[in-house]
Amino acid sequence: MVNRLSVELCGVKLANPVVPASGTFGFGIEMAGEYDLNVLGGISLKGSTLEPRYGNECPRIAECPGGMINAVGLQNPGVDVLVADKVPALRKVYGGCIIANISGFSVDEYVQSCAKAAACPDIDIIEVNISCPNVHGGGMAFGTSAQAAAEVTSAVKAVCGAKPVFIKLSPNVSNIVEIALACEKAGADGLTLINTVLGMRIDIERRKPVVANTYGGFSGSAIFPLALRMVHQVAHAVKIPVMGCGGVSSARDVVEMMMAGATAVQVGAENLRNPMVCKEIVEELPALMDKLKINCLNEIIATV
Amino acid sequence: MKKADYIIESNRRIADGVYRMTLVGDTSAILRGGQFADVAVNGFYLRRPLAVTEWDSEKFSIIYKVIGRGTEVMAAMQPGAGVNVLTGLGNGFDASAPASKALVVCGGIGASPCFSLVKELLAKGRQVKVYLGFNTAADVILQAEYEALGADVTVVTMDGSAGFKGLVTDAIKAQNPQFDYFYSCGPKVMMKAVCDMLADCPGEVSLEERMGCGCGICYGCTCHTKSGAKRVCADGPVFKKEEVIW
Repeated sequence: MVNRLSVELCGVKLANPVVPASGTFGFGIEMAGEYDLNVLGGISLKGSTLEPRYGNECPRIAECPGGMINAVGLQNPGVDVLVADKVPALRKVYGGCIIANISGFSVDEYVQSCAKAAACPDIDIIEVNISCPNVHGGGMAFGTSAQAAAEVTSAVKAVCGAKPVFIKLSPNVSNIVEIALACEKAGADGLTLINTVLGMRIDIERRKPVVANTYGGFSGSAIFPLALRMVHQVAHAVKIPVMGCGGVSSARDVVEMMMAGATAVQVGAENLRNPMVCKEIVEELPALMDKLKINCLNEIIATV
Repeated sequence: MKKADYIIESNRRIADGVYRMTLVGDTSAILRGGQFADVAVNGFYLRRPLAVTEWDSEKFSIIYKVIGRGTEVMAAMQPGAGVNVLTGLGNGFDASAPASKALVVCGGIGASPCFSLVKELLAKGRQVKVYLGFNTAADVILQAEYEALGADVTVVTMDGSAGFKGLVTDAIKAQNPQFDYFYSCGPKVMMKAVCDMLADCPGEVSLEERMGCGCGICYGCTCHTKSGAKRVCADGPVFKKEEVIW
């Protein structure tokens, strides 16, 4: 029987396009006791760096209308623990696509971390995060210049062998298509977009920023139209597959993202309001497809 | 963790700016006193993490203080209305800790998460001495309920308008109760003072932090501990006192 929901990313088959976004689903294993993770097309793991990181001080979370700001700052145990413990533990309970999300503070750090992730047989795709707004001297700095983005992409590609490399793009740029094209030209196998939008809240009683880091990444349903527009622009400009991300909270949003050009769709902040949402979306998709007279999901990619 | 819809049975003011909401529905995920529930509030993006006061097989209750717009909306919710809640979150207190005589020190609405703990300790045949600290008489909650459980309760207020006048630590010093284990929940300064004073006694405290998911997947509420970074929501909120870096 044909799986109406299946999609393919650079030769990696996903049972469906639904992928919890990096940073909103831990390392997957945290949720293994809650439901059978195998319903998920893929899982993008918490962003990892060469060295372990505590991240920023708390508060790291601020609520907003239609979304939230986070300034976690890449808390993670380091890429060695990722490949030695976290990924093998997840693979024991999960047969789908495991996406390692890698961040860094220099091209050399990206290269070292990605090489380690690429050597891990249980990792299917490497997602290079050049768009984290919450760390200084790295992360987003590489994602806001076409030249720097291309430099990271080609350096990382050189050490990842045949493993697909997706570059995760920042929306905090004046022309995301220019950055996307630079990454494609530098050898990226695919793109994930968008990361969070740089934002801020002030506690007017304390007269201080709500998050200790002053600024943080804004995400949630409020950014969906912005993300959708960028996915549409980028997907129509590049030939490589796009994972759409940003404000997705329902099966309808998944269909909309795919029509805009996404081959797979990541669900981020919504996991924080509803940890079961990815499973619920996968379960709701067939009925929505029937209603919209969609036979197979891969037929609708970039059709608008 | 369980995500389910609940019906509000009651939602009433029990002290100045403090409300108790009782929710009817599936309580099977709630296992220990000191765990919390994450309540969805219409019009707000994130849920409100609130300690479970008491539960049985059909319903559970939470006590919350109105401090922002989200809790203002909660206070206006009417009996009969539905609300979506995640239950069974956090580790909760360890009522099996080896103690024959337990000391429980609460500050403000910190009296809420300790209530089921005390109930369980008493059911296990432990002697329990409870201190309930508040700023003033209008803030006092759960005194009668704790007494009805059979606990030895001392109410303490800063201004002396009810019970012992002063800090909970003053009352403990003055009364010198006997205990071999302690539990505490309340403002951080109070819990630190309690831990400092009871340096030779094993114990555990319940911490608080602004949370994202409430279930350990976003790493938004991490705190420093002596054994490294821990998530308040999933590794806590209850930590052994030796672990805490104040």
